Amino acid sequence: MNKPSIPAQQEITVALIGNPNTGKSTLFNALTGVRQRVGNYPGVTVEKKIGRFSVGNTEYQCIDLPGTYSLAPRSPDEMITVDVLLGRLQEVPPPDVVVCIVDASNLQRNLYLVSQALELGLPTVVALNMMDTARAKGIHFDTEKLSKNLGVPIVPLQANRGIGLDALRESLAAVAGTPTDNRISPFPEAFQTEVALLEEQLNRASESPVPRYLVERLLLDTGGYLSNGEALASIDDAFQNHVLLARKRLSAAGYPVPAVEAMSRYAWVAEMLDGAVTQPAEKQRSTSDQIDKVLTHKIWGTTIFACMVLIIFQAIFSWATPAMESIDWAIGKIGNLIGDILPTGALQSLLVDGVVAGVGAVLVFLPQIFILFFFIAVLEDCGYMARTAYLMDKLMSHVGLSGKSFIPLLSSFACAVPGIMAARVIENRRDRLVTILIAPLMSCSARLPVYILLIGAFVPNTKTLGGWVGLQALTMFGMYLVGIVAAVAVSWLLHKTLLKGETPPFVMELPSYKIPSLRTVVQRMTERGWAFVRRAGTLIFAVTILVWAAAYFPRSPEVEAQIRANFPALNESELEKRIAGANIEQSILGRMGHAIEPVVKPLGWDWRIGCAVIASFPAREVVIGTLGVIYNLGGEQDEQSLSLQERLQSATWPETDKPVFNLPVALSIMVFFALCAQCAATLAVIKRETNSWRWPAFTFLYMTVLAYLGALSTYQIGMLFVS
Amino acid sequence: MTTLAETSRGKQVRVVQIIGDDSLSLRLMEMGLTPGVEVALIGLAPLGDPMEFEVRDYRLSLRRTEASRVVVEQV
Repeated sequence: MNKPSIPAQQEITVALIGNPNTGKSTLFNALTGVRQRVGNYPGVTVEKKIGRFSVGNTEYQCIDLPGTYSLAPRSPDEMITVDVLLGRLQEVPPPDVVVCIVDASNLQRNLYLVSQALELGLPTVVALNMMDTARAKGIHFDTEKLSKNLGVPIVPLQANRGIGLDALRESLAAVAGTPTDNRISPFPEAFQTEVALLEEQLNRASESPVPRYLVERLLLDTGGYLSNGEALASIDDAFQNHVLLARKRLSAAGYPVPAVEAMSRYAWVAEMLDGAVTQPAEKQRSTSDQIDKVLTHKIWGTTIFACMVLIIFQAIFSWATPAMESIDWAIGKIGNLIGDILPTGALQSLLVDGVVAGVGAVLVFLPQIFILFFFIAVLEDCGYMARTAYLMDKLMSHVGLSGKSFIPLLSSFACAVPGIMAARVIENRRDRLVTILIAPLMSCSARLPVYILLIGAFVPNTKTLGGWVGLQALTMFGMYLVGIVAAVAVSWLLHKTLLKGETPPFVMELPSYKIPSLRTVVQRMTERGWAFVRRAGTLIFAVTILVWAAAYFPRSPEVEAQIRANFPALNESELEKRIAGANIEQSILGRMGHAIEPVVKPLGWDWRIGCAVIASFPAREVVIGTLGVIYNLGGEQDEQSLSLQERLQSATWPETDKPVFNLPVALSIMVFFALCAQCAATLAVIKRETNSWRWPAFTFLYMTVLAYLGALSTYQIGMLFVS
Repeated sequence: MTTLAETSRGKQVRVVQIIGDDSLSLRLMEMGLTPGVEVALIGLAPLGDPMEFEVRDYRLSLRRTEASRVVVEQV
């Protein structure tokens, strides 16, 4: 029996481009569903998002490119988009079809990108999204006419409702492989002649010719990014000279570079729209305008903004708590269960204190991450996100940043991990990097237990400032302030040294308001949450195991025997606590604590504090548990436990019998925790977001140095007052 | 010579030219601020900066420093 013959499988690569705020991600998700892979392009911070879908027997591979207003590369990140489109990257196949998604209610500016895309010489489909909004604005479309003008198929779409997707898929199959040589350049004749001339000069002797589109860009790129050798290798001084001469000739002919591009393209856009798209005769004041009037109002706008900030803050701080506590509880239960099943020993300890605790350290962040990204997705999708940047820009510009850094930094007060991930909205590389580097200085919720423990034990509960504010609360506020002041100083320093350069311009679209789509919001929230688990999880896990091993090995039974011999009168649970304490002193961690004592002594710390601080580098909140073990109380201590507070108060130096802890020591520890990068998750996320180990290493170093110096001066100055 | 930074609310102005040929001026033109196009100031952020404009049927916000690169005339 013969099998029916199956037609040969073919795969079509689709590149998806579009302006920001056009619903591009929504379209990508609607087309590809769960069949997505996310990675990074080497050397840049651009995410490589590829999804798959099939229509009949045809497999499609869809590359989602970052939202952009223009295909004029000015940085390696922007170059990626152009390189992908021109098939110049090894990592992704050259696209067979380009889908350019445009906002139907804002066609003039959106068609600018289309005019550039058409010059790439690839089969193209224009997806006309947000038809509903456009129609509500009273805009009338003759899509047939527009399609004829542009010379490419046009598919009307409402991506958030899934309307028009079938037509788009059909259109992709129809247009793939069709010729594109009928396209008419938007540029004047003289300009095209110069480009042809340069192309000939550049590619005459070259084995890998530079595509025409890039030659055109070279002529237009007065900023010099393309010709500095990084992006294109074959540019020499002689060619540079040709470019300069060409620009001079064009300028003399009345086509000044680079202005000629925008002028030609917008003239082309007007031509395309003529007769195909009609605006309403009388401009209507849309609902969006009315909303905007309130939301950017001097008083109402500021009030609403402050309320929104409070709600988000409250949500991440307290709404996440029940979920975090449940995760914590479940992890503890699992740990106990394993502890009951397995005999005491290295394996049990590895599973309970290493593996389970490590997984817990990753999962415990999820509630905060999901809640924050839920809010951010809602704000982005309804169009308010751009307004927060607009409202806060002036304030943030005093720190050398722009309004777009506000939400990421604010979120970092709850947890730097989602804060750093939220910095993706900042398209300027330098601003984004500065924001990422200072975000961990915001006092996150994991520092709270440390503050609460030490303040409760060592700061007197008296009232200051006329009896209105307690000294304890004031100290807490001071700790938050330490982080903020340090962040401002570091931002200033970075701008003066490592990340020098002009202040990036603030040119931002304020998109129309719309009702957020639940599907989009949930999709974005889960996408980012799981990205964190996948990418940061392994590192956090590894570091936790490492610290576990340092605290466990080497371990000899003699320690236990000796304790039992020395304290025969103690009951079993007291004995176990003492044995645990003695074991940790014997371990690598304990020895490290002793070894670094000379270094931490100027901070007022003994070896036990040093130990606890080392152990808390993967996650600062473990310091309390470690202190509990070292001070022979067992590991299950929390910041409110009086016994730990008492034990700290009564700890003494062995040589002098003086108490280890006093107010300056407590303050010095708190300042250290306020400034130090004791969070493997944060470092892992910085690695992921900057796509390089350099920046997490830098963050770790600068914060550790800063924390040490901060703690040192706190203790030394504090001691002047004590003695 | 008037620039966008000095326009008053609600008044329609026309772009004459963009000063300079650096990446900022290119960016402004890409966003639609080309000679001949009409622009209107919609409002200011609560702290007085940045500014919000309407151009080519959409809303664009610029800081004063950027807006002062755009030379305009009364319509």
